Amino acid sequence: MSQLADIWGELRRGSNTITLFVVVLFVATLVASLSNLLLPESSALHVSTYTITLLGKYLCYAMLALAVDVIWGYCGILSLGHGAFFALGGYAMGMYLMRQIGDRGVYGNPDLPDFMVFLNWDSLPWYWFGMDQFWFAMMIVALVPGLLALVFGWLAFRSRVTGVYLSIMTQALTYALMLAFFRNEMGFGGNNGLTDFKEIAGFDLSADNTRVGLFVVTAILLAAVFISSQLIMRSRLGRVLVSIRDSEARARFLGYRTDHFKVWLFVYSALIAALAGALYVPQVGIINPGEFSPVNSIEIVVWVAVGGRGTLYGAVVGAILVSYAKTRFTSLVPESWIFMLGALFVFVTIFLPKGLAGLLKQKRQGKDSDGDDARTARAAGEETA
Amino acid sequence: MRIFLLLICCFVFSTAAAQQAPEIDQAEPVDDNAELSPLLLELTDANLRRMLSLVTEIEQAGGRMVLPLLTAMQDGALYYQADSRKLVERRESDGGRVTVSDVFSGVERNDVDPESLEQVRINNRLRAVLQATIARIRLLQGSDAERAQAAQIMLSNLDEENLVVLNEAIVNEQVPAVADMINVALAMNVLVTDAPQDERLAAVATLHGNLEGPVRNLLRSFMDELGRNEQDPEVRAAIESALASIERKVRFYELMEQAFYGLSLGSVLLLAAIGLAVTFGVMGVINMAHGEMLMLGAYTTYVVQLLMPEFINYSLWVAIPAAFMVSGLVGMFIQRFVIRYLNGRPLETLLATFGISLILQQAVRTIFSPLNRLVVSPDWMSGSWDINPVLSLTNNRLFILLFSIIVFVILLWILKKTSLGLQVRAVSQNRDMAKAMGIRTDWVDAMTFGLGSGIAGIAGVALSQLTNVGPNLGQDYIIDSFMVVVFGGVGNLWGTLVGAFSLGVANKFMEPATGAVLAKIITLVFIILFIQIRPKGLFPQKGRAAE
Amino acid sequence: MRLNKMTTPDVSHKVILYIESLCVSFDGFKALNNLSLYINDGELRCLIGANGAGKTTLMDVITGKTRCDSGQVYFGQSVDLLRHDEAAIARLGVGRKFQKPTVFEALSVAENLELSLKTGKGVWFTLLAKLDSEQRDRIDAVLTTIGLAALRNRPAGVLSHGQKQWLEIGMLLVSDPRLMLIDEPVAGMTAQETEKTAELLTSLAGERTVVVVEHDMEFVRSIARTVTVLHQGSVLAEGTMDQIQSNPDVVEVYLGEEP
Repeated sequence: MSQLADIWGELRRGSNTITLFVVVLFVATLVASLSNLLLPESSALHVSTYTITLLGKYLCYAMLALAVDVIWGYCGILSLGHGAFFALGGYAMGMYLMRQIGDRGVYGNPDLPDFMVFLNWDSLPWYWFGMDQFWFAMMIVALVPGLLALVFGWLAFRSRVTGVYLSIMTQALTYALMLAFFRNEMGFGGNNGLTDFKEIAGFDLSADNTRVGLFVVTAILLAAVFISSQLIMRSRLGRVLVSIRDSEARARFLGYRTDHFKVWLFVYSALIAALAGALYVPQVGIINPGEFSPVNSIEIVVWVAVGGRGTLYGAVVGAILVSYAKTRFTSLVPESWIFMLGALFVFVTIFLPKGLAGLLKQKRQGKDSDGDDARTARAAGEETA
Repeated sequence: MRIFLLLICCFVFSTAAAQQAPEIDQAEPVDDNAELSPLLLELTDANLRRMLSLVTEIEQAGGRMVLPLLTAMQDGALYYQADSRKLVERRESDGGRVTVSDVFSGVERNDVDPESLEQVRINNRLRAVLQATIARIRLLQGSDAERAQAAQIMLSNLDEENLVVLNEAIVNEQVPAVADMINVALAMNVLVTDAPQDERLAAVATLHGNLEGPVRNLLRSFMDELGRNEQDPEVRAAIESALASIERKVRFYELMEQAFYGLSLGSVLLLAAIGLAVTFGVMGVINMAHGEMLMLGAYTTYVVQLLMPEFINYSLWVAIPAAFMVSGLVGMFIQRFVIRYLNGRPLETLLATFGISLILQQAVRTIFSPLNRLVVSPDWMSGSWDINPVLSLTNNRLFILLFSIIVFVILLWILKKTSLGLQVRAVSQNRDMAKAMGIRTDWVDAMTFGLGSGIAGIAGVALSQLTNVGPNLGQDYIIDSFMVVVFGGVGNLWGTLVGAFSLGVANKFMEPATGAVLAKIITLVFIILFIQIRPKGLFPQKGRAAE
Repeated sequence: MRLNKMTTPDVSHKVILYIESLCVSFDGFKALNNLSLYINDGELRCLIGANGAGKTTLMDVITGKTRCDSGQVYFGQSVDLLRHDEAAIARLGVGRKFQKPTVFEALSVAENLELSLKTGKGVWFTLLAKLDSEQRDRIDAVLTTIGLAALRNRPAGVLSHGQKQWLEIGMLLVSDPRLMLIDEPVAGMTAQETEKTAELLTSLAGERTVVVVEHDMEFVRSIARTVTVLHQGSVLAEGTMDQIQSNPDVVEVYLGEEP
């Protein structure tokens, strides 16, 4: 009971950010959902289902950005491979959705997904068994990326791989997975991935109600992840993480097994990413090996950098802003987006190291306290190992 | 720096000079040969049946002289001018360039319109006759190499005519290598005829360990129940042992070939990684745009070839310094205008340079189109060094292997012997101390970056000879290069050398069993596990400075 | 609260730290050469020696940062420190202050102390950890001792160099170690701060064992009862300050260079 009271106390202490975040998210979700479902399509205020799906996608990206922010912003671990956990979560969900197609596929085979029929396979590979059960698939969504993060993190952090080494290792990880998933023999649809989904847990995926439902579920889970991350970062655990970021050796000499903390956080972060992936796939309707591409992973990092690492809301805002910009610019001038993204990397790292959140903080505080400036400066600073 | 360029220039000119020596087939004027001229004229309008005998007549009239004519004819490259009915050779290069030249002298004829030419027609029957004729001329009248080659070709076609020629040739043959080849052919013939047992056993002994494909196939057929299925137990045993010795040799040479491909991959990895090793070792930051420096080098090669289409053979010698300059300058630009402002913060540098790599890729897509560009290999890079029928090493890979080692040695020399190298080493060991000693660290950084990127540019030139040149060229190599650096140990060029070659060889040895993709994955997993045991790589930088 | 079981080393023979024939080499250079040293429980010991004499390397080995080539390091009678990693050694009650002050600059002064408390250090424990009143008092007391009570909620990053030194000493104090290894505590301090530090360290001796590495001879003289001189990785001399200063070897290799 006392723990509960503590958590409640923490919630109230950090109430400003959390309440603001939850309220904004809640209102936005409600307005968007209701105006899609209740207003006629002719109404000027009607939000199309396309937009709802787009918003749902952004929220998944926001969750993914949170995952990267908790390890990079708070613990100084720059992962360039978080897309891998996202994609693995997505693939697990995709496998479930594939099994839900049943005999409605092109080949009408009740037991095998189309691509397996196409490859002349006789039976499901062992790792596809049970994926037709929702609860089992959801378990796999968490289990596989979580285990991968555990093993990788354990190997990497135990041997004290840090800094750029770790970053490149994570990139190599997602690169290797991408190569693997491109192979038809892997049994995940090869190049084309998994697609043509029909329904999720009995709901028709093309129906407006399902779309809005998925969107709302995503919003709720994003809020939950946000709150739990905020609580963790405000706990002593969060302070240990920051201390590891600032001086890992010192934290070790205080008696903290920093590798345990890093592995724990890495797994936590991977789980968030996997959840985001699992929510993403039914909304966009496809998952393919491209999601493993190193460029995708590094794009997540730029969301966080733009929003401001070390602040959770910054990551969310960054993800939504950059993704929105991408949607707009790729539809207007497709070639220009890559240029802009590249320029964004350079601009943010040189001129905006604390991101938009840092800019906001600076504005709000003005010149009244040099102390807190130094603090944010450090918070945005880098482990110089 | 200057010395390095100078060295490259010397290298370029000395090798270019060596290339100058003309290698055109010399032949006496044929046109005034009274016996031959009417036959040549007849070639242009004879029907295909007449052609068969005509070829033999030409052979008797011209002998070795008509080899270029018959070869051109066999290749379907023999044409005649519609009006004068004079024969010319018309060939099309890979790049689509059409050249017309005199059949016998090989001199290029710019005065002839390629469109106005008519082809001398041939069919398969004629082609077979041509092949036999050419082989006969070569075997009896050719140079040493030609004779050996002719005998080798006959191995797969031991018909009566060829046997006559072979028996005729062996009598006067003085050169052991050629005689051996002819003897092999004759032995094969003995084996298929009903010769007495001792002769057949002697024939098998001749064939023992011979790597020629036809020999192997013939011996196999004796062991095959559906084939010749040798009955004589003694001969059968001899054949079996001969075959086993052949198979052993073949396996050995196949391993050699894999090792060669591995070394070749290693040389590419080395070229791609040493630049990265230098910048990472000295500045502790990773240039994610390093792969794009490779790409720029490859595109520089492409542009140089566009600018000098007449001199493709020499274009590489221009492309190497050009690529070094282009990539080096871009690298210095990146260092001066981006990396310098990040104050050695490695993770931010990684992100910023990744942004630059995106921009460079997109820029290339916009300028050159997203499609792959073809870079032509100069003549001296194509072809291969045939050590034996099983093992042949392609020239381009050989050259690149050699080239990577030359670049490595030059780089090592720069770092060990020049004042820039001394300063670079000082900065990489202790930046603050170097600064205190009056070394202009930011200048050293810029030069290091220029050097590292320039080498990547050179690597791009080499890569353009092996793979397609496209905007994604660099991406494929950045992770691999980094793995090499991690594996070898940061700050140690020898580590990079060993790392590159061992990863390359390991990859190629795994490939036959696992396939290319899985081999790559296994390598990545191996390195992740490897740094568990040796976090600082094969050759770690030691001492307190490394902490 | 979960407390570490192994917090009390067996000091039945009065010796808390045994170091025997320790050898460490970096790339051929012998940083420690067959070094033996014994520290009594409750002692205040000063280590002096020229640069490169092996002082910091010795501390690195004791705290588990550097692996030695050969030799033994025992904490009390029974605990072999060479078999533990940094975190375990810290939990055993060996605290360390670095040569260059290292505090967590993004955290507040009080949070720095909170992290140093002698309490559970596991992941799940810290997730749910709360300060109890005893711990709060302890932090307050240490804050007063190190004179940073007024700055308790300021980020450590804004402290002056001397204040950071103090905070780091405070982090040691709050963790209640049996053995404190202190590397150059008064570097960059004013004369007044130095005096205060000397006072503090002397007052600690007795209930804790303190090993101080210092270059400042005046400071060493003011606190030390026993001084050990290291030279080229081994012990050159050991004794009171007066004995040391009259030792001809020491005069030659180290003090001789002093004005």
